[in-house]
Amino acid sequence: MTTLEKLQNNRNALGMMFMLPAALLLVLFLTYPLGLGVWLGFTDTKVGRDGVWIGLENYEFLWGDAVTRLALFNTLFYTFVASVFKFVLGLWLALLLNRNIRFKTFFRAVILLPYIVPTALSAIAFWWLYDAQFSIISWVLVKMGLIDRYIDFLGEPWNARLSVIAANIWRGVPFVAITLLAGLQTISPSYYEASAIDGATRWQQFRHVTLPLLTPIIAVVMTFSVLFTFTDFQLIYVITRGGPLNATHLMATLSYQRAISGGALGEGAAISIAMVPFLLAAIMFSYFGLQRRAWQQGGQDK
Amino acid sequence: MSITVAAPSPQAGDSVGMNYLETPSRKFVTIYLPLIVFLIVLLFPFYWMGITSVKPDHELLSRTGNPFWVIAPTLAHFEKLLFRTAYPEWMWNTVFVSVVATAFSLAASVFAAYAIERLRFRGSKHVGLSIFLAYLVPPSILFIPLAAVVFKLGLFDTRWALILTYPTFLIPFCTWLLMGYFRSIPFELEECALIDGATRWQILTKIVLPLAVPGLISAGIFAFTLSWNEFIYALTFISSSEIKTLPVGVVTELVEGDVYHWGPLMAGALLGSLPVAFIYSFFVEYYVSGLTGSVKE
Repeated sequence: MTTLEKLQNNRNALGMMFMLPAALLLVLFLTYPLGLGVWLGFTDTKVGRDGVWIGLENYEFLWGDAVTRLALFNTLFYTFVASVFKFVLGLWLALLLNRNIRFKTFFRAVILLPYIVPTALSAIAFWWLYDAQFSIISWVLVKMGLIDRYIDFLGEPWNARLSVIAANIWRGVPFVAITLLAGLQTISPSYYEASAIDGATRWQQFRHVTLPLLTPIIAVVMTFSVLFTFTDFQLIYVITRGGPLNATHLMATLSYQRAISGGALGEGAAISIAMVPFLLAAIMFSYFGLQRRAWQQGGQDK
Repeated sequence: MSITVAAPSPQAGDSVGMNYLETPSRKFVTIYLPLIVFLIVLLFPFYWMGITSVKPDHELLSRTGNPFWVIAPTLAHFEKLLFRTAYPEWMWNTVFVSVVATAFSLAASVFAAYAIERLRFRGSKHVGLSIFLAYLVPPSILFIPLAAVVFKLGLFDTRWALILTYPTFLIPFCTWLLMGYFRSIPFELEECALIDGATRWQILTKIVLPLAVPGLISAGIFAFTLSWNEFIYALTFISSSEIKTLPVGVVTELVEGDVYHWGPLMAGALLGSLPVAFIYSFFVEYYVSGLTGSVKE
């Protein structure tokens, strides 16, 4: 047996070899930057100038910084409202698509479109839809006699917040709907038959059959949804750039503004790192809260 | 926890015994009407993109007439986009970066997924878990330190900056997806081949890969779309106009001052969305299985 053949039959050596390209790349461009980000957060690094260790100074500054606090509030508000709507609308859409309807494949295919086109580009369309002078939404509402002046969608803080949330919901509903639909299709029809024989109404079937059996996939889908909403960047960057008066700044857009536009890499990195505890909390919540329930209900362990 | 996304089972909600209570008109109100509203809301921005991109400027800015329709359609906006901006270059950059990053990530992922799922080397379980965790790291917390790394490596403002950083989200995704596919291939097939004297390489190329073709297509399509749509890395790592990617180019270069040229902007958004929509339309099933596979544990 040559050395090469021996190597080919040694699982550990071969495994290492197969892992090499992926591992090398991920360590260099993912693990290392992640560590570097933590370190940068403790320094006063600027673009083109290496920083020195300043301990918690960045975090202390950010804690007292009104804009950062506003961005944190915006991020939590944005994530909470958008996630709730995405879940309710997504589940509703999934339930509709799971019924026996005509053109089902067509509906399912078309509904995913908002999710697959580049977000930056659909965000431009929303920017145009929200235009202060030529918004088609205002035009329709005026013609219907519901309002008498064009709505300033992006010029007023609360309008702007709700407008970007609407755009985020628009983009996220298809993802939630299609993944939940896949979950719905794994529920055996016999449960529905059995409950129907026992006289369950549609609502009871939904509440006591569909929802419990769907919980594990809801947990996973919503974790992903919360994760990506919390760290959203594109929509805000394109539609409002954080304005008006920082009213729509999220943590991600603020960190970009401070680090890349403003050159304060250390401070920007600190803002990014400050997002991590929230993300971990979201993951933990869904993993321990919702997954355990599924497991108690007779799901399998991994 | 395994949630197998099986082939659509017979219409779950509808084999229920009380369907006879559902009159056609009731079904219309409870099912079709909400569906149509969903459809209109989800598709309207695309219609609006399309109609705006062929409207002449004076119609765009007029307050009279019906804004939902166009009286004298024009291709002027597309003409401006294609011949007086760097749009074709952005398009080419996006294609190039997406194809190379996808091909590279797919290759690396096939090996990684096979090693984790089938070679079961020492520690493979932990590696599998860390791949999943890597998948959860959002680009928006990584881009600042990554910019520093890219800069130090001298890759700043080159296409390589994107080709090498996109795999940070593509590899975890593809590996995770392919692990699921490899898991569904019976071990017995490999054992038979091993007994017949096949090497691991032969098993991978002659048995596992041909069986995992649907998985490869799903992962490839999905990875391509993810790279095409990527924004924050391309925005941060590239500053020269001629090597920008499409989403970044449209957002940063077509907006001039306070006058928004909505026609060319919408034309650019539409043209940039069409390739992914086109590919998607051919591979809907693969795409959906990639999407559902990605959240499957």
